[in-house]
Amino acid sequence: MAEQAQATDTGPRPIVPWLKLAPKPHLEAIKCACGAIYIDPKRVACSKCGETDKFTPLPLSDKGKVYVFSVVHQSYPGIKTPFVTAIVDLPEGISVRATLTDVDPEQAQKEPNKIFNLPVELVTGVAAKDREGHDVVAFSYRPSKN
Amino acid sequence: MRNVYVLGTGMIKFGRYPDKTVPQLGGQAAILALRDAGISIKDVGMFACGNLQQSNAMVGQRILQQIGQTGIPVINVTNACATGSTAFREAYMSVASGMYDIAMAVGVEQMGKAGLLGGAGGGDPAYVTEGKLGSGTMPVVFGQAGIEHMRKYGTKLEHFAKISVKSHKHATKNPFSQYRNEVSLEDVMNARMIAYPNTLYMCCPTGDGAAAAILVSEDKLKQLAGGRKRAKVAASVLTSDPWTDRDLTLPDVSTLTRRASKQAYETAGIGPKDIALTELHDCFATAELVHYENLGLCGEGEAGKFIDSGGGMHPSLGGHDPVNVSGGLLSKGHPLGATGVANICEVVWHLTQDDRAKDRLVPNAKAGQAHVIGLGSACTIHVLTV
Ligand SMILES: [Zn+2]
Repeated sequence: MAEQAQATDTGPRPIVPWLKLAPKPHLEAIKCACGAIYIDPKRVACSKCGETDKFTPLPLSDKGKVYVFSVVHQSYPGIKTPFVTAIVDLPEGISVRATLTDVDPEQAQKEPNKIFNLPVELVTGVAAKDREGHDVVAFSYRPSKN
Repeated sequence: MRNVYVLGTGMIKFGRYPDKTVPQLGGQAAILALRDAGISIKDVGMFACGNLQQSNAMVGQRILQQIGQTGIPVINVTNACATGSTAFREAYMSVASGMYDIAMAVGVEQMGKAGLLGGAGGGDPAYVTEGKLGSGTMPVVFGQAGIEHMRKYGTKLEHFAKISVKSHKHATKNPFSQYRNEVSLEDVMNARMIAYPNTLYMCCPTGDGAAAAILVSEDKLKQLAGGRKRAKVAASVLTSDPWTDRDLTLPDVSTLTRRASKQAYETAGIGPKDIALTELHDCFATAELVHYENLGLCGEGEAGKFIDSGGGMHPSLGGHDPVNVSGGLLSKGHPLGATGVANICEVVWHLTQDDRAKDRLVPNAKAGQAHVIGLGSACTIHVLTV
């Protein structure tokens, strides 16, 4: 029965467990009572304080600011280059690694100061189709439109 | 803990050895070190072997199969790029603790032309995040460490490029270096971009290599050194990443080194001003720049100024506080498991005025340091003195 259910379930899947697709796409971290925030929800204990059971879910804002970036010109086979990769600081006090879209890679290299602190917003899109036929959804950031 | 000395060292020229095996390369370096020490493998009490890419293959024991199976304990060490230096530290501790009087450390790696970008593991490739959720490759990680410095202190692409020019210049004096060609600032700046700001010449090459060291107690040194100058291991430090706010998205290459550096200077009882030469982990030019500050060679935010004033350059080229006079990973090469032991060999050669460094000797070197970081994470610093 389980197999049948799986075979007919062709809905989209997030590329990583911390990307939630509903009710609207957002990232969800976990926060320890000590203040440490982790984007990967699967962990044995807090690597800052060692507590095992003081975690609460923490939905993350869809807006942030670029901390640093790089322009990737050489990547794994099949990945289109160049693209901008960025570390985005979110207001909750956590940083996220993601692709930065809608920014010209050449221009970013010429004027890096224009990328630092750039306000950005989360966007999602289908990045691939997995072996079982599900759309795999990834997230990225683009310069904020408002 | 007892005092420990480096009685012998051995190193093969870094490069490509497609017709040799890893145990053969490691065995060659071991034989050179044993000869340099004036002893035989029969005198060695324990052996620590560092190798990364064949870490499940008992490389240390296979080296002994090449050079002499005496039944001694062998430990095979893997610790990312700090693999060789961690093996050295294991050998150091076995002598310092009093358990053995003579120990051998070998670091060896055969990488061929395989890049570090590599392929992904198992699972459905649709869920591979590289290139979809940004990038976490090594050129990017270390590129971002450099960009963080640009952001904080206004450091320019030229500052990073100057490091590559310097390393290549140094390498022309080192017969053990994989590459021995000079490059101009224009060459470096105009080379193919790998991950901004690191161009091709700001990324270390892949290759093969091996290096070895024989460590002894003070008593054995008196018996065996025959009056020859030998270097003392004044500090052997290993750290792992402390918790930081960003460490899961932006690997922290600085805090790791800063903590190790503080411990190393304290243990050795000296400061950065006493260090005649530094071999540091310049896997990328951006890494070298941030480590100038991490190791206290210059003040906070002053790494760009340090380079502009000839910092890191060999004194015979008009510089001061020489860094990577071997050519560094950028020119000498970075066979992962061999790197840590090779860095220590280089420092030892300057301190003991060894012929193997005769064309590049740093004058009056009484203390030097060898630094390696492995992401994932590990940092070793060895301070050596005479
Ligand atoms: Zn905690």
